[in-house]
Amino acid sequence: MPALAIRAYTATTAVGRGRDAQADALATRRGGLRRNDFGAAPLPTWIGRVDGLEDSPLPAHLAGWECRNNRLAWLALQQDGVPAVLDALVARHGAERIALVVGTSTSSIGASEEGYARAAATPDGTLRMPEDLQRPIVHTPHSLGDFLQHATGLRGPCVTVATACSSSAKVFAQAARLIQAGVADAALVGGVDTLCGSVLFGFNALGLVSAEPCRPFDATRDGLSLGEAGGFAVLEGLAPGEDAPLQLRGYGESSDAHHMSAPHPHGLGATLAMRDALARAGIDAAQVGYLNLHGTSTPANDAIEARAVAALFPDTLHASSTKGWTGHTLGAAGIVESVFALLALEHGLLPGILNSATPDPGCGPQIRFDNARRDIAFAMNNSFGFGGNNCSLVFGTGAAA
Amino acid sequence: MSTLSATVAGIGFWSDGLPDWAAARAFARDGGLPANAPAKPSPHLLAPNERRRAPPSVAVALDVALAACQGAGRDPASLPSVFASTHGDLGITDYMCATLADTPTDISPTKFHNSVHNAAAGYWTIGSGCMRTTTAISAYRATFAQGLLEAMTQLATDADAVLLVAYDTTATGLLGTVTHSEGLLGAALVLARDGAGPRLSATLRDGDAPVADGPLARRLQANAMAPMLALFDALAAGAASASLPAGAHRQLALDIAGV
Repeated sequence: MPALAIRAYTATTAVGRGRDAQADALATRRGGLRRNDFGAAPLPTWIGRVDGLEDSPLPAHLAGWECRNNRLAWLALQQDGVPAVLDALVARHGAERIALVVGTSTSSIGASEEGYARAAATPDGTLRMPEDLQRPIVHTPHSLGDFLQHATGLRGPCVTVATACSSSAKVFAQAARLIQAGVADAALVGGVDTLCGSVLFGFNALGLVSAEPCRPFDATRDGLSLGEAGGFAVLEGLAPGEDAPLQLRGYGESSDAHHMSAPHPHGLGATLAMRDALARAGIDAAQVGYLNLHGTSTPANDAIEARAVAALFPDTLHASSTKGWTGHTLGAAGIVESVFALLALEHGLLPGILNSATPDPGCGPQIRFDNARRDIAFAMNNSFGFGGNNCSLVFGTGAAA
Repeated sequence: MSTLSATVAGIGFWSDGLPDWAAARAFARDGGLPANAPAKPSPHLLAPNERRRAPPSVAVALDVALAACQGAGRDPASLPSVFASTHGDLGITDYMCATLADTPTDISPTKFHNSVHNAAAGYWTIGSGCMRTTTAISAYRATFAQGLLEAMTQLATDADAVLLVAYDTTATGLLGTVTHSEGLLGAALVLARDGAGPRLSATLRDGDAPVADGPLARRLQANAMAPMLALFDALAAGAASASLPAGAHRQLALDIAGV
């Protein structure tokens, strides 16, 4: 595929707001998980919660989109100069030539849950949605995309991708197609997911939630920690002769065709996505310097992903899951972990794995618990979702072109 | 923008009373309704026990997707796919919210994994054994237009044929007092780079698309996916153009050749 320039990138997670907070937390191994304090009757688990959302209402002109998820979207959007970069792109191309492709798993369903919890009975016995939540836009998946369209004024194709935990990785692929096909010149991509009852109690019902902070790839891992996060990247086609310092070089997408909530036993879908991404980038597996794994810390996911990685990459690869820092941020995992891959490219900071101490003998030498520092030319990110929905991304430095 | 193009190689359709594309086309042309139309779509791709348990969104999506593949003579396992739905399965959303408000630890694990927006996409790839890419998108009233754009950009950059599936369900419970969508509606297109069939050329333009008022659009206007019916009415009538709402006072203008 034609490489795309990354003009800006940012993430806001449980470890803090913006890129510097993420880089600092990764470098100093400062995690963001805390005991679950979300909701009326918290389950005994650990979560990656973003501080301050309760005290950060949306600006008055955007109050119609008010909800926790859009608050996090707004907060994340203000970091790392993203609005200024968008302004420059609008001046260069026109607002109608900039696409907005964002991912989420549950969007603002937290607002719908709140409406049911606070519903009042009417005299005829039926329930009535609270007045302040009688806003159809916050009860639909496109709440996120529609909010961001109004918040940014972008007028290109605007779409919300909701393929569970691969959502905000797939946004890079969809935006790349829009630019390659000439429908757009640039794109704001990203993803936002916030903690809500649906995911906390839903993953609990599937028996996938740990009572302790998650321990990806540890021999004793017993489930995931949920988190919330938002992040964005701005993509633009390269100018003739340009060699941008950070680039999207490839994407790969596949389906497991196996099960709604369990990975393919041989990691076939994951392997197809990784191979497809490498092929589109035109590089060999040995050229990848860092791979951010999906690494949810469930027994099945990590074992299968590690085997797929061992079959494809040399022992020298540094691969890790960063979910011990942020928790599993679901539909935001794709953008958050792409930001971590871009930080690895920009600063040579290769994160290890937090909270894990005992290597799983079933996982290969690519899985690294300790941080490392090394300049690399290519970084990858894996994101796999329910429904067997897989996406891998390859990022590169300009000098590596 | 540069114009995108695609050939419609196969069409699937299901709504209450119009259980396939032949019935929908006949209704659009002369107003006739088939006798004894089935009350529910039949997703033959699923095993019989799964077929009975499938949520309405999954049932209608898999029914029309398979019909479009059969019409195009394409193996479902060979096609990348795009699933477009404004709201996903509204009955499951109502169940999730009501259960969370009552006894959250009673959430059914199956209902939870069926609550993801890509549930139909997941069941489709599992049922057909398809390992190609699939996606699930939403864009409010522009959902179908954005799904069509994604399918057509896949054709322009990668694939030689793509399956596009669009559907919405009935809003129920407390959610149904705020979100309005009635009946079950689904349609699917197999779009190909070339070959026999109507030829679509798509361009994004400024301005709001006119409210669709063809026979299918009028009959099914209460469903959230009704904006797509401007295209299906045009295909049924052999019209030369259609326009779809594409968001932010933009429209996707479609020229249709060789119907």
